[in-house]
Amino acid sequence: MTTALINFFKDASNIFKGGPKYYMLMGILGAIVAVGLGAYYLQFDRGLIVTAMRDQVAWGFYIANFTFLVGVAAAAVLLVIPSYLYKFKPIKEVVLFGEIMAVTAIIMCLLFIMVDVGRPLFVWHMLPVIGTINFPVSMLAWDFFVLNGYLAVNLAALGYVLYCYSQGRPYSLKVLLPIVILSIPMAFSIHTVTAFLYGAAKARPMWNVSILGPRFLASAFCSGPALMLLVFQALRKYEKVDIEDKAIFKISEIITYALGINLFFLFVEIFTDFYSNTLSGVSLHYLFFGIGDKTSLVPFIWTAVVFNVIAFAIMLTPKYRYNFKTLNVALVLMIIGVYIEKGMGLVIPGQTPDTLGEIYEYVPTTPELLISMALWAFGAMIFIALTKFALPKIRASKDFEH
Amino acid sequence: MIKKTRKHPAAINLDRRTFLKGAALGAAAMALPPADADAGILEGFFQKHFREMNDEEIKKVIDRLEKDYSKQFSKEVKVKVTKPMENVVFGYGLDIGRCIGCRKCVHACVAENNQSRDPQIQWISVLKMKKGAKIADFESADRYYQPEQVPEPGQFYLPVQCQQCENPPCVDVCPTKATWKEKDGIIVIDYDWCIGCRYCMMACPYGARRFNWSKPNIPSEQLNPNTHYLGNRPRPKGAVEKCTFCIQRTREGRYPACVEACPVGARKFGNLADPNSEIRKAMEHFRVFRLKEDLNTKPQFFYFFGVKANRAEGGK
Repeated sequence: MTTALINFFKDASNIFKGGPKYYMLMGILGAIVAVGLGAYYLQFDRGLIVTAMRDQVAWGFYIANFTFLVGVAAAAVLLVIPSYLYKFKPIKEVVLFGEIMAVTAIIMCLLFIMVDVGRPLFVWHMLPVIGTINFPVSMLAWDFFVLNGYLAVNLAALGYVLYCYSQGRPYSLKVLLPIVILSIPMAFSIHTVTAFLYGAAKARPMWNVSILGPRFLASAFCSGPALMLLVFQALRKYEKVDIEDKAIFKISEIITYALGINLFFLFVEIFTDFYSNTLSGVSLHYLFFGIGDKTSLVPFIWTAVVFNVIAFAIMLTPKYRYNFKTLNVALVLMIIGVYIEKGMGLVIPGQTPDTLGEIYEYVPTTPELLISMALWAFGAMIFIALTKFALPKIRASKDFEH
Repeated sequence: MIKKTRKHPAAINLDRRTFLKGAALGAAAMALPPADADAGILEGFFQKHFREMNDEEIKKVIDRLEKDYSKQFSKEVKVKVTKPMENVVFGYGLDIGRCIGCRKCVHACVAENNQSRDPQIQWISVLKMKKGAKIADFESADRYYQPEQVPEPGQFYLPVQCQQCENPPCVDVCPTKATWKEKDGIIVIDYDWCIGCRYCMMACPYGARRFNWSKPNIPSEQLNPNTHYLGNRPRPKGAVEKCTFCIQRTREGRYPACVEACPVGARKFGNLADPNSEIRKAMEHFRVFRLKEDLNTKPQFFYFFGVKANRAEGGK
């Protein structure tokens, strides 16, 4: 057991070794993180007043990123379902990367929450047992459990497989399968609960709609896997990882359905609010057309809609979907589209106008942007490091694949 | 003030919890500035939820807070923990017909409740609305009106503050149970237990909650030293606060500061459980309504039109 652990950690120490390119990449990311730490110190010292958030719009860029990243975490499960439920072998070989992405995304989610709270030293108050977590009433308490649960499940699957590989033996499906199967309902739960987090706020008519949960699921199955596909191609190109075209095309097919459903849900929401034209539809009106001279979100949401529609058109045409150039254009457009639509396009208009009708136009400040950028850079570092750890093992494991 | 020791309903559980808290947070304690740092910092860090402390623990916390505040503001600051009175449920009435939008209530509230002067925090928002406008149409309201003189012709005023809902959505969403409803109907916050996630601000339909975006600033000479733990004591940076019906006054049988300050008597306050109270009389004599009733939050804050609107414009 001891030698086994030593082997495992010896492999893990791989992440500190690499060529000059690796060090340079990590160095640049590290520098971005350092700048963000400086910005965070400023925020910690002076308070959240260094952000553009105010009482009118009390959740901003951090929560927008958090919401998007919960969606990215779905990447794993979209690989798990075809490979383990439908025994689609080409994808099964790359499930591990999906799990690495899920782990990374959830860690980033938790960090985005941490930088958003006003009294970060006291977050232990919401822990079970030592704190007074408001479970099961608060949706934030539910989110705490499902996000950490999903993180644990994915870490367990990832850790188990890597552990076996570092011992030079194949993993046992008897152990892995239950973990992986458990991750499927857990993935659905993180989107549902995060959607309910917003949906529970009856003070905010734009969030307090039943379509929100389905919309979260649909958009999650676009953005996360799309990011995944770009990463696969990069791994193929630069690391010569053997990833079959078949796997990529299968996933892009699933993404196409998800994107279509996502667009349909958005259309349903727009129809309901604009056709009935009640006072509670004012947030959506602000988002798409602005109110008076308050129009800061309008260009963004139309960009998102246009990008998503173009992406859908490309993905829908087999000729373009099976062409990597056009496929990648579609994937990038889709990621940007969902990032806007499910991030700022959801969080900000939900609070605008505020509950007493005031319109405060929120535009993130420099510290906010620096801190967020640092968290993205940190996420990239985690992803790269974990991939570096896993890669040689995955290559070697080809010899004893099931 | 507090005589008998409060029994925790799950005493065994509390012991285990205390133990685990010590064990799990030992590491965190080491990460904090040790040695020469003020012992108060550590005590503050490990301070328990207000409702989980027994009277002795509460007394210790109050002593520390009083010492801290007195030092910080160089005058003696008192922190009370007055409990709810028996058979009292507070209710508030606001006569929109009378309100002239002078914001005397806002100023009285800021002074009484030690809201930050820089950046400015105010628990009461007075909305100026056009006569004939729908009350539900808040988009046409103006919160920042600055005329030479109030009331302005053709306008009416709708002051909004915490509505002390019977079904408070803010309490449901709080992940740490840092905000709750007291027996007398007042929704309170343990500022030291709040982690500042601002979910309650998302949940409140009345824009009643305020966040301390930076360290609150109150000039020492302006600080009201007569404070309540759950009310107007100085707040930490990063915590949420709001109107408490002046818990430090009303639990001693006094009126809230805004009621006393109102020059036209638009504000009524009293015990909803007492049929002879001012608020019950108002409810019997006028048609009252509550804001956003469709949300079923059941505010204990009632609005009514007591006098003809033109009386408020100078009694023509």
